[in-house]
Amino acid sequence: MAKQPAKPSVAKKTSVPTGDHPDFTLHSLQDAFEANKRYAADDAEMMEFYRQMLLIRRFEEKAGQLYGLGLIGGFCHLYIGQEAVAIGLQSALDNDRDSVITGYRDHGHMLAYGIDPKVIMAELTGREAGISKGKGGSMHMFSTEHKFYGGHGIVGAQVALGGGLALAHQYNNDGGICLAYFGDGAANQGQVYETFNMAALWKLPIVFVVEDNQYAMGTATKRSSAETAFYRRGTAFRIPGMEVNGMDVLEVRAAAEIAFAHVRAGHGPVLMECNTYRYRGHSMSDPAKYRTREEVQEQRDHHDPIEGLKKTLIEAGKTEDELKAIDKGIRADVAQAADFAETSPEPGAGELYTDVLVGEY
Amino acid sequence: MAIELKMPALSPTMEQGTLAKWLKAEGDRIEPGDIIAEIETDKATMEFEAIDEGVLSKILIAAGTEDVAVGAVIALIEGEGEEAATPAPAAAEAPASAPAPAPKAEKPAPAPTAKDPAIPAGTSLTSTTVREALRDAMAEEMRADPRVFVMGEEVAEYQGAYKVTQGLLAEFGPKRVIDTPITEYGFAGIGTGAAMGGLRPIVEFMTFNFAMQAIDHIINSAAKTNYMSGGQMRCPIVFRGPNGAATRVGAQHSQNYGPWYASVPGLIVIAPYDAADAKGLLKAAIRCDDPVVFLENELVYGRNFDVPDMDDYVLPIGKARIMREGSDVTIVSYSIGVGMALDAAATLADEGIDAEVIDLRTLRPLDTQAILTSLAKTNRLIIAEEGWPTCSIASEVIAVCMEQGFDHLDAPVLRVCNEDVPLPYAANLEKLALIDPARIAAAARKVCYK
Ligand SMILES: Cc1ncc(C[n+]2csc(CCOP(=O)(O)OP(=O)(O)O)c2C)c(N)n1
Ligand SMILES: [Mg+2]
Repeated sequence: MAKQPAKPSVAKKTSVPTGDHPDFTLHSLQDAFEANKRYAADDAEMMEFYRQMLLIRRFEEKAGQLYGLGLIGGFCHLYIGQEAVAIGLQSALDNDRDSVITGYRDHGHMLAYGIDPKVIMAELTGREAGISKGKGGSMHMFSTEHKFYGGHGIVGAQVALGGGLALAHQYNNDGGICLAYFGDGAANQGQVYETFNMAALWKLPIVFVVEDNQYAMGTATKRSSAETAFYRRGTAFRIPGMEVNGMDVLEVRAAAEIAFAHVRAGHGPVLMECNTYRYRGHSMSDPAKYRTREEVQEQRDHHDPIEGLKKTLIEAGKTEDELKAIDKGIRADVAQAADFAETSPEPGAGELYTDVLVGEY
Repeated sequence: MAIELKMPALSPTMEQGTLAKWLKAEGDRIEPGDIIAEIETDKATMEFEAIDEGVLSKILIAAGTEDVAVGAVIALIEGEGEEAATPAPAAAEAPASAPAPAPKAEKPAPAPTAKDPAIPAGTSLTSTTVREALRDAMAEEMRADPRVFVMGEEVAEYQGAYKVTQGLLAEFGPKRVIDTPITEYGFAGIGTGAAMGGLRPIVEFMTFNFAMQAIDHIINSAAKTNYMSGGQMRCPIVFRGPNGAATRVGAQHSQNYGPWYASVPGLIVIAPYDAADAKGLLKAAIRCDDPVVFLENELVYGRNFDVPDMDDYVLPIGKARIMREGSDVTIVSYSIGVGMALDAAATLADEGIDAEVIDLRTLRPLDTQAILTSLAKTNRLIIAEEGWPTCSIASEVIAVCMEQGFDHLDAPVLRVCNEDVPLPYAANLEKLALIDPARIAAAARKVCYK
């Protein structure tokens, strides 16, 4: 049956089957999560989530514009609609220790670190000041300073690489965990399951996050996946699954707390499915014939993560004006980033030959 | 007859060993499974077990003997009721005669290369995009042969990520135009298995960059089965999709796999340039009984070329094409490079240099005759390749010229390739990294000493 994403009904699905063995606790994390689904953020935290999600939204809207103007080339995948996932999860990380890896839809995950939008936008326009010196582009951004390991163009590759980052955490005994994001489409790659097995076998400190935005390019999950409840897909490896409404930043954050604690305590990996939705096309060239306008509108009108949090903030006593002021500030920052990205110079021709190898031979 | 016990090999690479110890003496009865002796090499010790029954009649190699050659007779067993006999000296000293020299393997001479089909006078031509020509080739072969089907990511409902399979789902239905999940390794294997099972799959990779996930099946499963099965098991499959750099899609999405696949025996590798070749060669590839890697180019998909209006336009595999005749210098290229070579030739013509342009079309098997014939005519040759220079098709063409065309060369063969770096994203750097007509023309001038 086709899954209805990101609707309250989603979370009511039965939890992960437990199997026969009494200590087989695949359902325990979901049970803990169901008991208390929304993170009790204080006002300041909530305002910060709001600001961060809005920054991603406005940044991506601007990137879409710059692409239209020919200032950004190649593939450019926007994160609009999915903001709550990156913010809910990454706000719960310990950035001194933990690492993150994702695919090509990576602008939002970078912004979640508070990395200067200027250097991200300048990478999109292929300028020297970009975070990869203009040599990576939209799909290939990295910040080792923040332990953000990219930015990968091959669907599914980041899952195995994330397993390796987790192995390094375990090996170095540094207390860190790895957060590895991948899409519903990527979830069908074989290396994902090879990684699940090793991660569970070796109790690697990793949280696998399926950002289920319902589509892989033009393919709806039900057309590509025999099991569309992705959180169940770790069951065969005894990896506990969690199913989360990825359109609610407070739910994502609550789930993150539970999953991270489990992994950090040395119990091995967790598989979290965040149900979300991308409003824009897969990349900038997308015929958009595989779904209806109404479907997209329904998500925007009733499940938007930013509007949702705004409602909570107003209920908590914030005023429209306060929130507008935040938006105004963000728009100014994004405009500045765009100016910077347009006007800063292209890389010097000599950069063509740098960074191929580290050593000289 | 006495049964000869021979020095066993403990490993595929062992040539000799030490007969450490006899656990049976002459005259002992031997049952199958009895341990008769211990054999040693520097790596291991092995117990030598009997598989025959009888009496150990003669020990020929004493315990402690080192460097006993694998296969040397070390003892004799007499079956029940047989007389113990001294072995014939010839047997004991075997191998007495020097082994016959292994017959030298002669590579079969290549079959006389087929020619492009004659296009009957009066045949009309239709301007067609490469994209449509590829689709038409698949559609025609699917109409003609029910075993042919297409599978890949977004090939059906989406009509192809680059619209090459446009319309196929509507005509042939979901049984023959199959959308796969994003599981290249899996569906390349399923396609390969289906070909082994008698079907004729066309496996589309969204781009060949993603075929790296599947390269094990292309090489280890598809390319080698015919050989490994002694010709029993065929694998008539086509792996196709765009290859090479597109526009600003960065390092992981911009690479030319021509040289990779062309180095693999057991594969056919085709990389056409224009629409007529795309059509005629894809049809040939689908009919071919061998696995074919068919490399297209995204930047050429939208270009229009004349395609002859013929019912069944099929081209020979393994045959290059002279795109432009010339007498001063030969420019060899393939795929998108051919267009650049033709542009360069036009520039050179204005300067009084008459360049011949050869489109290899098939990268494996390579039409070396076409290269050498042209070289014999022009005495100067360059290769233009949109790809890295090291271990490239260009390197291979140079080797062919050195080995077989040396006497015809008036100048060193030059290669014009992309810069030897991962492809950068920045617009200016990308431009610097890729070949262009100006660089091809410059190399041509250089070998003409102009
Ligand atoms: C191995 C591989 N195959 C195919 C592609 C082309 N491709 C890029 S994104 C994509 C869809 C992925 O969908 P999903 O995993 O759901 O992530 P989303 O784009 O929805 O975030 C495809 C098929 C690729 N980049 N790598
Ligand atoms: Mg998706």
